[in-house]
Amino acid sequence: MSAPDSTERAMLPLRFEGVGLDRNGRTLLHDLTFEISAGGVTVILGPNGAGKSLTLRLAHGLLGPTRGQVAWECPTEAARRDSALLFQHPVLLRRSARANVGYALALRGVPRARRTSLAQTALAAMGLSAVADQPAQRLSGGERQRLALARAQALSPRVLFLDEPASALDPAATEVLEAAILSLRDSGTKVILTTHDLAQARRMADDILLLHRGRLIERSPAAAFFTAPATETAQQFLDRRLSS
Amino acid sequence: MAVFESFQTALRLILAGDAELVGIVWLSLRVTGTALFVSAALGLPAGGLLGVLSFPGRRAVVTLVNALMGLPPVVVGLAVYLLLSRQGPLGEWGLLFTPEAMMIAQTALILPIVIALTTQATEDLWGDLGEQLQSLGASRLRAIPTLLYETRVTLVTVLLAGLGRALAEVGAVQIVGGNLRGLTRTMTTTIALETSRGELALALGLGLVLMVLAVTINGAAELLRGRAQHVRT
Repeated sequence: MSAPDSTERAMLPLRFEGVGLDRNGRTLLHDLTFEISAGGVTVILGPNGAGKSLTLRLAHGLLGPTRGQVAWECPTEAARRDSALLFQHPVLLRRSARANVGYALALRGVPRARRTSLAQTALAAMGLSAVADQPAQRLSGGERQRLALARAQALSPRVLFLDEPASALDPAATEVLEAAILSLRDSGTKVILTTHDLAQARRMADDILLLHRGRLIERSPAAAFFTAPATETAQQFLDRRLSS
Repeated sequence: MAVFESFQTALRLILAGDAELVGIVWLSLRVTGTALFVSAALGLPAGGLLGVLSFPGRRAVVTLVNALMGLPPVVVGLAVYLLLSRQGPLGEWGLLFTPEAMMIAQTALILPIVIALTTQATEDLWGDLGEQLQSLGASRLRAIPTLLYETRVTLVTVLLAGLGRALAEVGAVQIVGGNLRGLTRTMTTTIALETSRGELALALGLGLVLMVLAVTINGAAELLRGRAQHVRT
């Protein structure tokens, strides 16, 4: 499956340079500075209220920073087109599963003739061929999340953002979803995922960004983070002693 | 007894397809149908724009449209009358006391309802879908047709509300139409006139037709809503 009108120029690294975010007089994110490189799964980890989802929205361009800048290697517009975001609670349109995927492709200017085959391929990759013509609203939670992933995958994103994608799923549905995400990673898509679930982070992460109360606490390769965290806060989080 | 006889006469008028009754019903449907069509064509996109776009003064515009929803029909009739009267700004069009004048008055009555309720529906839905649509690459403008499609079930009800207001309305069409026999006499203005004259047969006949129309249109809309719930594949 080829990317619809994607730029061949490198997108990554993605750089956060002194990024801060204020809302209603409160500072929600403080001076975030880090870089995310190509390849693998980067997990943004932290307890509830750490600022994970806001960081993801800033990265995807849904929010603009109050201070600092979010910079891609390529022009921001191209980065927006070549990335996709999967929300914690997938928002699906009141139409069939296939039409939901087709709609996303139409927004990216994919010709109608190609949409059907691209949608079919994406649905098949997520094991949703059997429910392609069913109303999206009637799918189970796991199917809905996989449909949202199929919709994102159909756009052939080079970077895929996932905001706590399995938080509302049972263990079986989580396993299926994680396998699909890792399969995307293996096909070359950069995955950036937020979670507060340590077990999921252990299963998925190649590297970790730990956020707490809007600040970046630690940035480490996953193996190092879980075996020898560099900060006391990270150790508290691993010991489940860190509250929001 | 007189009422019973009038009722019998009314039924006879309906079953015989009385030319005057049919003419009045047809004119009413033509006037209201046109007003509804124009209101939908203008009001749905305008409501979508107001629901999704943010610009200075938006809240004031929404408040104004909401206020216009509650305007008494006679006030709307008076405003359109002044607009179309010989000395009015559109007087040279010569539309006063024509069906077109009644269409304009009914459009002025329905349009704020369609805009205001569409604004509310799309604004609410934008809150739910906005981030997702933007993340998929939709601009606010591009998202409007999607939001209108997604709220289609609600919008059927919105249009029904407009239709109900127009079909039941007397004051505005009477002022700008003049209730001229054979030219601008609608179901409601005829019912009002005939009742005041004690001629109940035609009034009852039209009342029956109006009720059947209301039930039929609502039934059809309900069917349409059911089909609209069905997904597009």
